[in-house]
Amino acid sequence: MKKLIDTLSHHAEGDLLPLAAARIIAEESGLTVAGIEDAALRSGILPARYARNRNTISTDKQRILFQSSVAVVGCGGLGGYIIEELARIGVGHITVIDPDTFEEHNLNRQLFSGIDTLGQPKVAVAARRIKEVNPAVTIVPVRDAFTSANGRGLIGKADVVADALDSIPRRLELAEVCEKCAIPLVHGSVGGWYGQVTTQFPGEYTLQKIYSRHGGECGIEKDLGNLSFIVPLIASIEVSEIVKILLGVGSTLRGKMLSLNVLDMEFTEVTF
Amino acid sequence: MSVSSGKIKILLKLFASLRLGRFDAAYREYDRGISVAGVIRIEGLPEKEVTLMLVNGRHVECDHTLADGDTLALFPPLGGG
Repeated sequence: MKKLIDTLSHHAEGDLLPLAAARIIAEESGLTVAGIEDAALRSGILPARYARNRNTISTDKQRILFQSSVAVVGCGGLGGYIIEELARIGVGHITVIDPDTFEEHNLNRQLFSGIDTLGQPKVAVAARRIKEVNPAVTIVPVRDAFTSANGRGLIGKADVVADALDSIPRRLELAEVCEKCAIPLVHGSVGGWYGQVTTQFPGEYTLQKIYSRHGGECGIEKDLGNLSFIVPLIASIEVSEIVKILLGVGSTLRGKMLSLNVLDMEFTEVTF
Repeated sequence: MSVSSGKIKILLKLFASLRLGRFDAAYREYDRGISVAGVIRIEGLPEKEVTLMLVNGRHVECDHTLADGDTLALFPPLGGG
């Protein structure tokens, strides 16, 4: 370990470790880039990709993010942006769950969809993309639908779960599994010009209250569709909630729901 | 601002798509003792499109009885991802 730390210090530029150096050390030591960057963070050396994080997220907090695990349930509109932002900020372990392949009607908003990825499994495309964006991230693609039956096995080890589903009954199943596994859940959903976000910890049942009167599969998005700009807005708020939970900083939307209406540019906070 | 006997006045706020073709916010008079479900019915709002109800900023169920001066906010369900 001391030899590795000496090597890291030798290759570091100041207190930053360039990716090229991490790759050389990985090759020489037989470790992965993730292993090298983990050792670097433990030694107070910051992988250079996070240089613009560090006045807000210290190297110690960057290490917490790198050692954290987030499960993203759904890899469509919200899921694509959530996965991208989690990887870029440096969350080290991301499980991505979705049974679907990309279709043409995804192209208006889903980040990982493109002409060349039509017909490909969404989680496989996400995994390829994340390896390009941040090779130190461990991404686990699961091409399966989330259900109450398989849920615990899929998300049970996560520190936080992100709701990026497109079905209200599945969301309620997800909330139930998170409750049983005692994992915080960050919820987002969209429709037309509108979106909403909340964060719930075990015992809070906010999502169950939001949808308590709802009996169907879909909401207003069934008629209004989903527009390109509302999706990353809601996804980004979800990621900010996840990062705050992981780092134990700031104030979250616990016990509250933020409702966004960008048609009238109204942001409304609801208390439960 | 006076309300006739047996009536209550509330501020009804509609959110997201519920306001399309209707209104953002309006003062309304209803019979005393009316519930949230009663307002939804009288206003002709599609019952399945109102799933989240708040009185004075706090979540309530549809059998909640309104009081004079309350603000009732109604939201539709969002389920897209």
